[in-house]
Amino acid sequence: MKKNNSLLRREPISNTNLLMTITVCTFICMYVIAMIAWGGGFLNPQQFLDLFNNNAYLLIIACGLTMVMISGGIDISGGGITALVTMVCVVYLEDHGGTVLGSLFIALGIGLAFGLVHGILVSYLEIQPFIVTLAGMFFARGMITIVSIAPRTAAHEAFLKLKQARITLPGIGYYGKTGNFIPAQIEPGVLVAITIVLVIAVILKWTRFGRNLYAVGGSSHSALTLGINVKRTKFYAYLFAGLLSGISGYVYLLHTGAGDAANAAQAEMQAIASNIIGGTLLTGGVGNVIGTLFGMLSLKTITNIVIASGLTKPYYQSITTGLMLCFFILLQSVILAIREKGHFRLLLPEWMRFGKTSKNESD
Amino acid sequence: MGNGLKKFTRSQLVIPLFSLLLLVVFNLIRDVEFFSVSIVTNNQGNRVLSGNLISILNGASAVAIISIGMTLITSSCKGQDISVAAVAAIAGSVFVSVLRSNEITVPVIILAFLFSCLVTVLFSTFNGILVAIFKIQPMIATLILFSAGRSIAYWINGGATPTVSSPLLSSIGGFIPGIPIPSPIIIMVMFLILISLVLRFTNLGLYTQVVGINEETAHLNGINPILIKLIAFMISGICVATAGCITVCRIGLINHETLLLDAEMDVILTVAIGGTALSGGKFNLYGSVIGAYIIQALTVTLYAMKVPSAAVKAYKAIVIIVIVMISSPVVKEFAINLYKKLFKKQVGTNIPMKAS
Repeated sequence: MKKNNSLLRREPISNTNLLMTITVCTFICMYVIAMIAWGGGFLNPQQFLDLFNNNAYLLIIACGLTMVMISGGIDISGGGITALVTMVCVVYLEDHGGTVLGSLFIALGIGLAFGLVHGILVSYLEIQPFIVTLAGMFFARGMITIVSIAPRTAAHEAFLKLKQARITLPGIGYYGKTGNFIPAQIEPGVLVAITIVLVIAVILKWTRFGRNLYAVGGSSHSALTLGINVKRTKFYAYLFAGLLSGISGYVYLLHTGAGDAANAAQAEMQAIASNIIGGTLLTGGVGNVIGTLFGMLSLKTITNIVIASGLTKPYYQSITTGLMLCFFILLQSVILAIREKGHFRLLLPEWMRFGKTSKNESD
Repeated sequence: MGNGLKKFTRSQLVIPLFSLLLLVVFNLIRDVEFFSVSIVTNNQGNRVLSGNLISILNGASAVAIISIGMTLITSSCKGQDISVAAVAAIAGSVFVSVLRSNEITVPVIILAFLFSCLVTVLFSTFNGILVAIFKIQPMIATLILFSAGRSIAYWINGGATPTVSSPLLSSIGGFIPGIPIPSPIIIMVMFLILISLVLRFTNLGLYTQVVGINEETAHLNGINPILIKLIAFMISGICVATAGCITVCRIGLINHETLLLDAEMDVILTVAIGGTALSGGKFNLYGSVIGAYIIQALTVTLYAMKVPSAAVKAYKAIVIIVIVMISSPVVKEFAINLYKKLFKKQVGTNIPMKAS
């Protein structure tokens, strides 16, 4: 009888899933309202896909950052590494007669090297992650100008072919002004980004490493007493983040085809903002990469909405971004504070849950 | 002697002073001329001091002033304010817009400064409320103003980069006639003395550290952590306004995009090098100020070595990593163990093992 009761009692949704649900709902609401209010571009599937086309690199950086933030750290070197990779790859392709495959390996190598150094310094030497990755960012941004001061454009034939490759989505498209059907297209970088999101979502949910990350971020001391190798877990988180920044650099290069010191400017802060909107907490232990995806989409959609509503001056965009961040940060803070007191439970039926939900300890 | 040495090696000032010494020795070996200070007559006819040392002290003053506020925030809130440079841009914009709407006289400058102080204190209090009352991580809370601040500055200026020029302003940003020392240095020293007097003669410094070390204990002892955090943010607001106004006076115009660009990163580094743990707790104001001079000395040294300005960041990063590695507790422990192994006879078992 007792067992039956506990089965009937619905488990409360976990913090991670609650914050993620809020983000997803807000994004959908925002987009639907935009569709109804402004129509036009928002009804065009290509504009939605362009959110991905233009920001695939940001999504990849943000995914790496999600892992680091879940483990309780921070990585602000993503934008710098991305820019460095674009520059080094272009110089390699143009001046050293490199191949596409070779440049891809260089991108991965640079990312791994940064991740390795960050990981060792943060987890084994116990230096503050902010300082380490800040130094990483400075180093990457400085190295770009050492490699080449002038912006460079890639004109490598095989690379250009890869850059201009587009994947046509069957059945989705829009009607042009002359009435002809133009199918929607995505860039290869988007496929990479989406694959990475899915892979990381699987890693976080169903592998030992993923669960260790949550444990370490929630309480590194408890994780240690449970026998989790805290240092190694953190090390791998930074290694992954570095590697993903390298991939992000290559995706950025596929999108723009140029190496420039100003590439991916402020990407690290946008990645942090995407994570926050997506419900990842800087304190660690809470977060999900699917939330990050929707966080990034919300961040970019609000810019589109601001432009569509006629406020085309660039400063309105950053002010609205700030306001949106403010809204999400306050919302999360209030919700988590109420939940801690145990007055607030969002109960979802079994089929609506995104997976296993953890039991609320303050029961 | 031995006791004093031990006390000194444990103090927070060891790493910053050691790094500064290293830089000085490096420059002495490289080029003794680096330290030469000469008296030249500038284009306004003043006899002023000039040289690398003066430019280090002068260039670092804005970052040093902001780092005072940042030290207090770091200590009490266990996090950093990344919006300082953006808020400084707002302060500069307010300063310039007040100056431009009036004739520039001494009372108007003071009024403009006070007004920009008021605005920055309001913005800092907003950050402080998010951090202290809503209990949001400082870095996240200040990300809001970090992304919106420079746009607000742009908005205040009406989308332009207005210039202000007056001999009074250039005497604040440059030299006061008759005094050979650049006035930003004088302002910086006065500011440091003021803040350290406030911290010495009130309990604010102690309370700030108590809140940073253990908020619960502070609360049980009758200290209001929310108030202390808010005060830290307000002081930081005044620091930021001062730094912003000095910078505006120095360059004579407000450019919301480039005013104190990347200064927030430099300031956080400064605090970390200065011996204050970024995770809060005990702070060291003088260490932070020395840290600002270390960063500036490093930059000037690199310029003197003909490193292009855009590439300076890369070398800076390497030096920063070396400095924080030396001060890392793990490395310290390793060094002590090595020392024990090498000199087992002299050293007993009671070497303090500093745990992290």
